[in-house]
Amino acid sequence: MSNRAIQNTLAVFKREFLAYFNSPVFYVIVVIFLLATNGFTFFFSRLLDSDDVSLATRFFVWHPWIYTVLAPAVGMRLWSEEHRLGTIELLMTMPVSPWQAILGKFFAASVIWLIALALTFPIVGTVAYLGDPDSGPIISGYVASYLYAMTCLAVTSAISAFTRSQVVCFIISVAFCLVIALIGDPGLTQTVVNAVPNGMEGVVQFISFFSFMDHFFEMTKGIFVLRDVLYFVSVIVVALLVTDLGLRSKRA
Amino acid sequence: MIQVKNLIKVFGTKVAVDDVSFSVEKGEVLGFLGPNGAGKSTTMRMVTGYFRPTSGSVSICGIDMLEEPELAKQRLGYLPENAPLYSDMTVASFLGFCAELRGMHGAARTRAIDRVLDLCFLDSVRNQSVDTLSKGYRHRTCFAQSIIHDPDVLILDEPTDGLDPNQKHEVRSMIKRMGKDKAIIFSTHILEEVEAACSRAIIIDRGKVVADGTPESLKKLVPGANSLDEVFRIITNPDTAVKKAA
Repeated sequence: MSNRAIQNTLAVFKREFLAYFNSPVFYVIVVIFLLATNGFTFFFSRLLDSDDVSLATRFFVWHPWIYTVLAPAVGMRLWSEEHRLGTIELLMTMPVSPWQAILGKFFAASVIWLIALALTFPIVGTVAYLGDPDSGPIISGYVASYLYAMTCLAVTSAISAFTRSQVVCFIISVAFCLVIALIGDPGLTQTVVNAVPNGMEGVVQFISFFSFMDHFFEMTKGIFVLRDVLYFVSVIVVALLVTDLGLRSKRA
Repeated sequence: MIQVKNLIKVFGTKVAVDDVSFSVEKGEVLGFLGPNGAGKSTTMRMVTGYFRPTSGSVSICGIDMLEEPELAKQRLGYLPENAPLYSDMTVASFLGFCAELRGMHGAARTRAIDRVLDLCFLDSVRNQSVDTLSKGYRHRTCFAQSIIHDPDVLILDEPTDGLDPNQKHEVRSMIKRMGKDKAIIFSTHILEEVEAACSRAIIIDRGKVVADGTPESLKKLVPGANSLDEVFRIITNPDTAVKKAA
């Protein structure tokens, strides 16, 4: 990337990032996210009642479900708002390539999540105080959680490129994230396998192979495998390519 | 400075712009006239590189818009219809953002912002949120954005739409002043504006250029017409033209 390309990406990033702080979105989302993660960990998983302080099964396990709802809420404004205000016409007639704009916006939303996720740090202090946890699974759990969040954001970015309505974008994105979270569920997969005619099991198994969850849980267990990281990165890349496609189709 | 050749834009089955060609030289102010839906905005969107033409070519200062969009866009300023703005920003931060995208940083950025704030009489609202501005100020803020990098080519889509008479006069004289050393295209519905500010005008109807010339020569196009207004009505409405001929 040339110097100019980086400056352009940074300019878009900065504008988008500050826009989150100029609206209540950021504060509302962070508060809800922290309430949800801690609430689930302490009240549903009953972290304090058990002898085991593994974060994987009591803390990170909830993250995909929380992201399914909250990541689209952060990402829905990315392109829908540009379409609604008409500022997309300004942005696309500036000497900025679509990719610089797409990446700038995506990174802005990603950093917002990084802040939200970083604010869950007291949980690490809690388990460190209660026991003597391995730092490996905690680190890889955070990486997995963040990758999952970024993937949901990228998916939302792609959908927001196609619509001027933030509400439509939010609903479709939540539905989409929910489906990809569910398709790998062993119980669900088994139910579907039982229901489909003979010979179709392979198809079901194949589809469940695309689940986010398997990759997510592998990583939260502390098994840091390049394959799982690459899985999330490739989904992000595809989603950003679709974003580009959506922006092109609007300008066609 | 602006070269448009055989521009065609098709949306589905509708031909919005049908083989439009024209060129604008430095020092010219070209008025873009036509009824609503004639293809004015679509043409401007293709010239600015927002829409991709179905076929045809656009070049800005000799740079092909389709081959080197970023270089070509650097040379032009654009005021889209309805003057869109980021509603969560202040006037100064919005202009700062646009300056950065134009490649201006640090002191050059500050200078550019101060220059256009002054030029567009926006100093009193520089720290006001765009959301709270009146229509006239919003329009001028977006206009300021289009000239922040002092471009060679200016494309303005209805720059006086929704302004009060004083503001209209201001914008018109600004266009005329800048027209001396730039190539400017602006679209409008107001025909006196063409006579007041343009050195040349194009009338476009149903995607086709139906007249091209100085405001005076356009008047002579229809024998017996006293005003540009009358000329416009006759040549953009084929039904009346046919009736008159018969």
